[in-house]
Amino acid sequence: MLTQYDIEEVQEHCNNLFSQHEIVSLYQRFCQLDRNAKGFIPADEFLSVPEYAMNPLSQRLLKMEDGLNFKDFVAFLSAFSAKASTNQKIEHFRTFSIKGFQIWLLDNSEICTVVYPTKCCMVYDSDSNGKVSLNDILEVLRDLSGAFMSAEQREEILSHVQQEAGYSKSSYLKLDDFIKVLGHSGLKMDVEVPVD
Amino acid sequence: MGSTGKLNSSSSELDLDRPNIEDYLPSGSSIQQEPHGKLRLRDLLDISPTLSEAAGAIVDDSFTRCFKSNPPEPWNWNVYLFPLWCFGVVVRYLVLFPARVLVLTIGWIIFLSSFIPVHFLLKGHDKWRKKIERFLVEIICSFFVASWTGVVKYHGPRPSIRPKQVFVANHTSMIDFIILEQMTAFAVIMQKHPGWVGLLQSTILESVGCIWFNRSEAKDREIVAKKLRDHVQGADNNPLLIFPEGTCVNNHYTVMFKKGAFELGCTVCPVAIKYNKIFVDAFWNSRKQSFTMHLLQLMTSWAVVCDVWYLEPQTLRPGETPIEFAERVRDIISVRAGLKKVPWDGYLKYSRPSPKHRERKQQNFADSVLRRLEEK
Repeated sequence: MLTQYDIEEVQEHCNNLFSQHEIVSLYQRFCQLDRNAKGFIPADEFLSVPEYAMNPLSQRLLKMEDGLNFKDFVAFLSAFSAKASTNQKIEHFRTFSIKGFQIWLLDNSEICTVVYPTKCCMVYDSDSNGKVSLNDILEVLRDLSGAFMSAEQREEILSHVQQEAGYSKSSYLKLDDFIKVLGHSGLKMDVEVPVD
Repeated sequence: MGSTGKLNSSSSELDLDRPNIEDYLPSGSSIQQEPHGKLRLRDLLDISPTLSEAAGAIVDDSFTRCFKSNPPEPWNWNVYLFPLWCFGVVVRYLVLFPARVLVLTIGWIIFLSSFIPVHFLLKGHDKWRKKIERFLVEIICSFFVASWTGVVKYHGPRPSIRPKQVFVANHTSMIDFIILEQMTAFAVIMQKHPGWVGLLQSTILESVGCIWFNRSEAKDREIVAKKLRDHVQGADNNPLLIFPEGTCVNNHYTVMFKKGAFELGCTVCPVAIKYNKIFVDAFWNSRKQSFTMHLLQLMTSWAVVCDVWYLEPQTLRPGETPIEFAERVRDIISVRAGLKKVPWDGYLKYSRPSPKHRERKQQNFADSVLRRLEEK
């Protein structure tokens, strides 16, 4: 059972992006998925949700989700909260951290222009070193398109958009680049937490 | 949940067993407006639709909801309610439960002392033997229902027993079978269970003519389909009762019906069952409880209250595929019992979804990107 103290601690950890009611609902969901009460959700349990298993990015996300305790689980989902899609400004430095991989969000930027690109960047950055190589982009493209695109087609698409955006073949993309490219596009990524 | 799904019954659809899932998923996760124009870097980096679908599935998904047994809110939390509740517990466990065990024991004694002689002595006179055995099975089921203080309201005209007819019902627990069996001796198709249930299955239920299947056997489907067809052809056999969901669901939702019952060329009589949760939650979560524990839980509750509706028999319409027929009957049952429909196969409880769904998403993405690459 969660006490108010626990809830506040989790809320702080997720940068206040979820309300207290939502955290209680998420806790119920966490307990439902953590069937053997181990304190974390094993990858198997995620895959037992059919809607999740059919998602092309599920394997990639599993690397970030495996072994998450409840605090990290909420932090992981906080990018999808309703608050993360608002124009509220970020107050004070905030971090996004999952499994030791940390990103600092900048003071005074709007939440929605920063949080989504950050999330996308974390998914692309498979070795968690803050840099997204072109190979990472190719791999995500392969996950998303499956057997319906050949390797040559993927390379072609990548060089096409790269040239267009002005990056060279050996460049790395960093968080700033993600924010620049995705920041002001009004991305909507929020997910509804069912509150009883 | 979403509007009635349209079924893709064209032969190019590889996955003939299920309707278009996108029609059922919440509208936020459906394929968003097709992006147009030249392909740009941000189109590659923007994985937000796929990511939010994944996150949506983590936060809440319609499949897990089907098997959630919500424990009732505790109401006994103050000075005067708690003693009342304690008194209730005492009555349930020390008065009702022994009385019910007694009733059940008497029932079994009567049943066994009639069934065993009839089974062996009337070996030669099959017609009479079957009739009496059928009647005795109905009796023991009534004793079972009495042992839970079952209050069962049957609605609708009881369909006459005719050849080439099957009955289908939604499935919440194995007691569904007992509740229906006390009215009419059905033959049923069931998963073979271990333990004392298996023993009952192989001895007594054999006499009403049951068909066994084994979920874990790959080739099982064809074998079972043949057994079903043979059974319905036989004039003397008891009417067949099938639970097309294939697994127990929590009586708030229905999962996809398997088409086996609907391609036998028979009339299908739908039966809807709805339990009243105030008295007891009759959902048997077979992953959490053994059947014995489930029965004990029922026998120490106040009552099992449910409604059973016998609905109008349906036949395959011209031009309708068995899958469409199954969905139509599922619709009829769900509407009558107030259940929500979900597009998942109940067997996903035991296995992963087939890669075909993911492949469809991947194909859509690949086609869209390649098309935009051409637009210069």
